[in-house]
Amino acid sequence: MATTADTFQAHHDDAHHDADHKPGFFARWFMSTNHKDIGTLYLIFAIMAGVIGGAVSGIMRMELQEPGIQYLGWWVEFLGGGASDFDKAGHMWNVLITAHGLIMVFFMVMPAMIGGFGNWFVPLMIGAPDMAFPRMNNVSFWLTVAGFLSLMFSAFVPGGTGNGAGTGWTVYAPLSTSGSVGPAVDFAIFSLHLAGAGSILGATNFITTILNMRAPGMTLHKMPLFVWSLLVTAFLLLLALPVLAAAITMLLTDRNFGTTFFDPAGGGDPVLYQHLFWFFGHPEVYIMILPGFGIVSQIVATFSRKPVFGYLGMAYAMVAIGVIGFVVWAHHMYTVGLDVNTKMYFTAATMVIAVPTGVKIFSWIATMWGGSLEFKSPLVWALGFIFLFTVGGVTGVVLANGGIDDNLHDTYYVVAHFHYVLSMGAVFAIFAGFYYWFPKMSGRWHSELLSHVHFWLFFIGVNVVFFPMHFLGMNGMSRRIPDYTPAFTYWNEIASNGYWIIVASMVVFFANIGWALVAGKRAAGNYWGAGATTLEWSLTSPPPFHQFETLPVIEDHHSHHDHIGGRPEKQGARPAAH
Amino acid sequence: MMFGGFARRQMRSLFLLLAALSLPVFQPVMAQEPAPPVLAPPQPAITSEQDAVAANVADDTISAADAADASTLDVAPGSAAYTPLGPEWIKGAPEPGAMTFQPQYTEQGDYALWFHDAILLPLTVAICLLVLGLLLWVVARYNRRANAVPSKTSHNTLIEVIWTAVPVLILVAIAIPSITLLARQYETAPADSLTIKATGYQWYWGFTYPDNGGFEVIANMMDEGEALAQGSPPQLAVDNRMVVPAGEIIRIQTTGADVIHSFGIPSLWFKLDAVPGRINERTLLIEEPGIYYGQCYELCGSRHAYMPIAIEALPRPQFEAWVRAQGGTVGAAEAEAAAGAGTDPAAPVLPGLQEPESSVEGAPGAGAAPTTTTAPGTPAPAQN
Repeated sequence: MATTADTFQAHHDDAHHDADHKPGFFARWFMSTNHKDIGTLYLIFAIMAGVIGGAVSGIMRMELQEPGIQYLGWWVEFLGGGASDFDKAGHMWNVLITAHGLIMVFFMVMPAMIGGFGNWFVPLMIGAPDMAFPRMNNVSFWLTVAGFLSLMFSAFVPGGTGNGAGTGWTVYAPLSTSGSVGPAVDFAIFSLHLAGAGSILGATNFITTILNMRAPGMTLHKMPLFVWSLLVTAFLLLLALPVLAAAITMLLTDRNFGTTFFDPAGGGDPVLYQHLFWFFGHPEVYIMILPGFGIVSQIVATFSRKPVFGYLGMAYAMVAIGVIGFVVWAHHMYTVGLDVNTKMYFTAATMVIAVPTGVKIFSWIATMWGGSLEFKSPLVWALGFIFLFTVGGVTGVVLANGGIDDNLHDTYYVVAHFHYVLSMGAVFAIFAGFYYWFPKMSGRWHSELLSHVHFWLFFIGVNVVFFPMHFLGMNGMSRRIPDYTPAFTYWNEIASNGYWIIVASMVVFFANIGWALVAGKRAAGNYWGAGATTLEWSLTSPPPFHQFETLPVIEDHHSHHDHIGGRPEKQGARPAAH
Repeated sequence: MMFGGFARRQMRSLFLLLAALSLPVFQPVMAQEPAPPVLAPPQPAITSEQDAVAANVADDTISAADAADASTLDVAPGSAAYTPLGPEWIKGAPEPGAMTFQPQYTEQGDYALWFHDAILLPLTVAICLLVLGLLLWVVARYNRRANAVPSKTSHNTLIEVIWTAVPVLILVAIAIPSITLLARQYETAPADSLTIKATGYQWYWGFTYPDNGGFEVIANMMDEGEALAQGSPPQLAVDNRMVVPAGEIIRIQTTGADVIHSFGIPSLWFKLDAVPGRINERTLLIEEPGIYYGQCYELCGSRHAYMPIAIEALPRPQFEAWVRAQGGTVGAAEAEAAAGAGTDPAAPVLPGLQEPESSVEGAPGAGAAPTTTTAPGTPAPAQN
């Protein structure tokens, strides 16, 4: 245990405020100011959104199993869109892909990683009692929920050729302006405003917390890498989201108040919207993956019983990825008619990102090299992450070449690429983090056996779904189509079958959580043993409602890796720094 | 542009220098690029795919002799005799179960395909296998049973420098052919090359021929039954193909009439967005006659999946015959004659209105915009 600094302790003798005093149900969960409760709310929300987003992808995979339109008409009528016709069915498809993208990005991955794990473990890892702005933390969460409800609501109001916003998650003008009559797209845009505002507030909260509330002695270069990842992510959010807010506000005024920012008839330019969107959108993909890098770094070090290899390189690789991530956006736009010099620049800049990413991959492997690996479920998920993220990364290098992208742009190859880095990268990191910290958060053990079964089913499922998409894309299959020429049937059918393997794996996941909550063994404070050396492991599982009322102190002998170990005996009785 | 001209020139010359440096390096490889375009009719071989399709078709609908009629490619100069190419001419189309790119029929496509197959693919596979191998080695060698006491190593400057520097070198090696490819794709067309303007509409394509009298051909997706009867791939076949001359540089311009569409042909390594309010331009040289399928690659509304493109590349005389069959003109003399007939010779001749082209009622070669009943891709009852 770290030594405690009694001088920092406030209200030492206040008997009515013991560390584990909890408010009543409504006050605790609906008016929460506790970072752990808000983190839990975020995780529950992310799981619910993930189930909806995953169900939507199920409809999509069923529809794509064979050529023709099979199920969309039924869904139009089921969702109250009236008698279905051909255009409504096609629009329904666009609503589904839009919803899937927005839900998974804004309401599943981001809430899970940043809102969930970030809220839970940033304060714990830096030895802080809570986030810097606890009430703003609550506002962030409920803004996200409101954004989700606004998006759900949009599915039931007219959006052009049918109900719902069918613009794709990118909301490109002019399809999203003159091309989508009706309030659905307004509600979808408003949803992004709300979720974006929530994220900006959350980002300021994280930055303030990390920069001001670290335990005495914890310098920036002694922070755990997960905290580093959240710090970089928060800066990306803070700088990128306002640009999105501006872009979609201009969409709203183009739609409703007669402005022509993106309408050539009034001197505007549809491509301007794409520049603004991707200036946000590319940092956004790093926002989704950087916390995963942090999670994987913690897990790999813990289960190797070794300090993470090249700590400073790892931390500054994330900073580099964050910085370069802001200057590569137009590689999403190679076919809009960019100037050749522009394409050359963005090709070169995009490929540069592979360098810090490679540093991270190799450093994780080097961390395990010479280690004493214990294959608990978090490490298995982290190993899956490293390999599958590499696969998604190298296809990213292929796509970075503007000339190659000419043939692959907006094909299923791109779909395969970003699902390998997100559906396998980010989601594998989320599950790794979930199994790593679930006993810490709930105080109860999940089943390690079921966690491994979950892993293998999910690993096989996602590869069966997404690997064939590389072939479809190279062969020319366009993205975002519900129907295709029969030549594409073979791989689509295989991909659709893989979906059911993923469903099976998720059944195992929920059974595992349910079992743990009902009958799981009690978890000890540091249940992973000697390799787990960050401050959250110095607390009970679950941690007390208020932790660190006496701040922990990071001593001189503590490295970036070990924040809770005792003083090495050889060094004798050198006095503590403070 | 917002950027300073100076900076642009600097950047451009840098990249062009890179590209120029790369040329000698890849000269030996470039030797395997295809021979000049072959304009002779191909062997009327029918692929197994087409056999399979043809099996669905009654024998009297299309006879093998008609389908392979070489007279299609053999017309007298000045003639307006044009017969569409039969399905045996299909060259650019997806193959069932294929695992790689479609065969390429442009020089740039060949280069890009070589770049992908000879450099990018081996490299990406090698990197994945390297990472997988290292992971498996770590799993086998450094598990708790095999290695109970972990090392304390946490730094090694040399290895960190190596795994930063080596990827940089690899990326530089990739950048050379990549920049070369971009430079080639940017080459501009000769001033006198044929211009074809592709306009994306919700949800069909219009192809305007400004050098040939400015007529516009409207291409709607062919009904599935009709496509199968004709031996063409459903959802790629169209009622009016975009006919172009093979073996010469043509200038493709794209624009969007309503929302953004994207004009993409996988077998020609060609994709260019059709954006409202701007005209994008790129050159295209199709090496041999044939039919090349593509589709819209930018989400454009409810029938995004149903606006395919079919390019029919013909030798120059046959292309000209097609132009005349559409009521268009070839060359300055014909254009003057066409303009002179029926108008006051003294009045200046203005080209036809360019927009909205599809609304020019009865324009030569114009098809009808789709209605609810003639909508392309409306699933045939039998398919439900």
